[in-house]
Amino acid sequence: MAGYIARRLLQAIPVLLGTTFLIYFMVFAMPGDPVVALFGDKTPPPQVLEAVRERYNLDQPFIVQYLLFLAGIFQGDFGVSFSGQPVSEILAVTFPVTLQLAILAVLIEMVFGITIGLVSGLRKGGIFDASFLVVSLILISLPVFVVAFVAQFVFGIQLGWFRTTVGPGAPIQDLILPAIVLATISFAQIVRLTRASVIDTGGQDFVRTAASKGLSRRRIVPVHILRNSLIPVVTYLAVDFGVLMVGATVTEGIFNVPGVGRTLYQAIIRGEGPTVVSFVTVMVLIYLVINLLVDLLYAVLDPRIRYAK
Amino acid sequence: MPSNTRSNQAHYVAPIDETPLVAIDSVKADGKPTNLWTDAWRDVRKRPMFWISSALILLIVIVALFPALFTSVDPRYCQLSLSNQGPGDGSVLGYNRQGCDIYSRIIYGTSTSLSVGLIVTFLVASLGIFFGALAGFYGGWVDAVLSRLGDIFFSIPYILAAVVIMSVLSQYASVWTISLAIGIFAWPATARVLRAEILRVKNADFVMAATAVGVTRLRILIRHVLPNSIAPVIVITTISLASAIVAEATLSFLGVGLPSSTMSWGNDISQAQVDLRTNPQTLILPSIALSVTVLSFIMLGEVARDALDPKARAQR
Repeated sequence: MAGYIARRLLQAIPVLLGTTFLIYFMVFAMPGDPVVALFGDKTPPPQVLEAVRERYNLDQPFIVQYLLFLAGIFQGDFGVSFSGQPVSEILAVTFPVTLQLAILAVLIEMVFGITIGLVSGLRKGGIFDASFLVVSLILISLPVFVVAFVAQFVFGIQLGWFRTTVGPGAPIQDLILPAIVLATISFAQIVRLTRASVIDTGGQDFVRTAASKGLSRRRIVPVHILRNSLIPVVTYLAVDFGVLMVGATVTEGIFNVPGVGRTLYQAIIRGEGPTVVSFVTVMVLIYLVINLLVDLLYAVLDPRIRYAK
Repeated sequence: MPSNTRSNQAHYVAPIDETPLVAIDSVKADGKPTNLWTDAWRDVRKRPMFWISSALILLIVIVALFPALFTSVDPRYCQLSLSNQGPGDGSVLGYNRQGCDIYSRIIYGTSTSLSVGLIVTFLVASLGIFFGALAGFYGGWVDAVLSRLGDIFFSIPYILAAVVIMSVLSQYASVWTISLAIGIFAWPATARVLRAEILRVKNADFVMAATAVGVTRLRILIRHVLPNSIAPVIVITTISLASAIVAEATLSFLGVGLPSSTMSWGNDISQAQVDLRTNPQTLILPSIALSVTVLSFIMLGEVARDALDPKARAQR
């Protein structure tokens, strides 16, 4: 176990260095003046250009620039937004909101996804299974912004059940609709993953043994089948987090949820390049940490991972 | 030592009357040989989902290639006096805020989505096959280096990476740059799938046979290993075409995609946001076109997976 954790932590180091280097490289190794390019068709005041140049140490050789940038990240310095506010300060305000939204979305997709996947898997080929296969295909095909707009139009404008914009200081029930929208992205994947895994586990020897011992279906399904089927679903959480971050950017933007995603969304829309770079860096770092945590959790859940070489 | 060995004979051959001939199971020698591909085709052509998705994709391709066959209205000819008007008077689906014909814009936007999808898929498949094949087949340090490289690219969600690239390249935004921005970060998934499959295939008997006959390593990889491990790549490639179309629309929606002069569903949806309350069909209709296109490729990928992966077939 300790060996696995150590190996996994060691593996994370080159990936961490690589991703930050890649982001930095994409932005500052481009031909032309990268600082001007970052602002698109806008002409920022010379003070802002100067501040960005200073921030990224653009008078230094490239590799020194990158190392200084990396050193800043490790000290919690993610740069300054377009309006001059430190990114870490913005994060302190916006991150809890996004975390609430993400937890709500994951809860919704997990509870509904696993339940429906379990029922589909147990009654493979039935009407319920067949209809949810079609529904999940359609859900996979819908881009998140389409779901968000349709939900906003139907439930917010036509039915008036939810408020269409959330805004700062809103109560948590206002987050329900954005959370449902966010949950639809991965809901279908979780249904299919659970279904496939339940079918797989249902055919294993230990399930047959349990049945021949005379255990009731009521005990076999949750204890023998479901628990062993959840391992791939938990691993999917790691992948899901990347999907959630992109989804949160769009969903928070559309529903005006004052989280990290909306800050990035507005920075993108307004063409504020340096803010975009800072926030993408932060998101990638969060993604890496979550992936690491899920991998460690995976080892706790599945002994085969722990002992494999 | 068997007693009937003779010293002047190199090999002992039993007389014919000592090995009685028995009727062996009859082999259907005139039947067509089957392999993975003929099996898959036999499976696929029985499924309605295959025919529905193929018909839709054929239609989408025809619309993309010959938009003028489907509408005679110029999508760029917009009259502000017709702003947000409903269907009727020679317009099938009505007009958007700028007074452009919605139907015509959807028809002409098809080729943009499809070209981005195809270019990204080509890029993802080439990079993924190249890196995946090298890592899986050669193993050792090549595998270690390429797998870590894949991990790095995999750790940046590709839409976020494309957002960064497109903000830097905003002056050069076009179908080509956006496809490059999406494709350059989307390949590791394909590479991983191919690598895993090659690891499984490369120890097969036919590879050893080829080695024994003296076929070079590179030729074994290209002629024997790759064709036998390409099936999962085909599945993931079909699905990546759908993801690429969604990615382009998302980037255009965020305003870092194609320039507003390029006709694209993502751009139209993005511009229609403000009219969600007053004229929702300007937003809903391009969204439907986008979703149906994505759905047809996802369905095709699904059918391909069921046909090519025996495990998926068993779970149907």
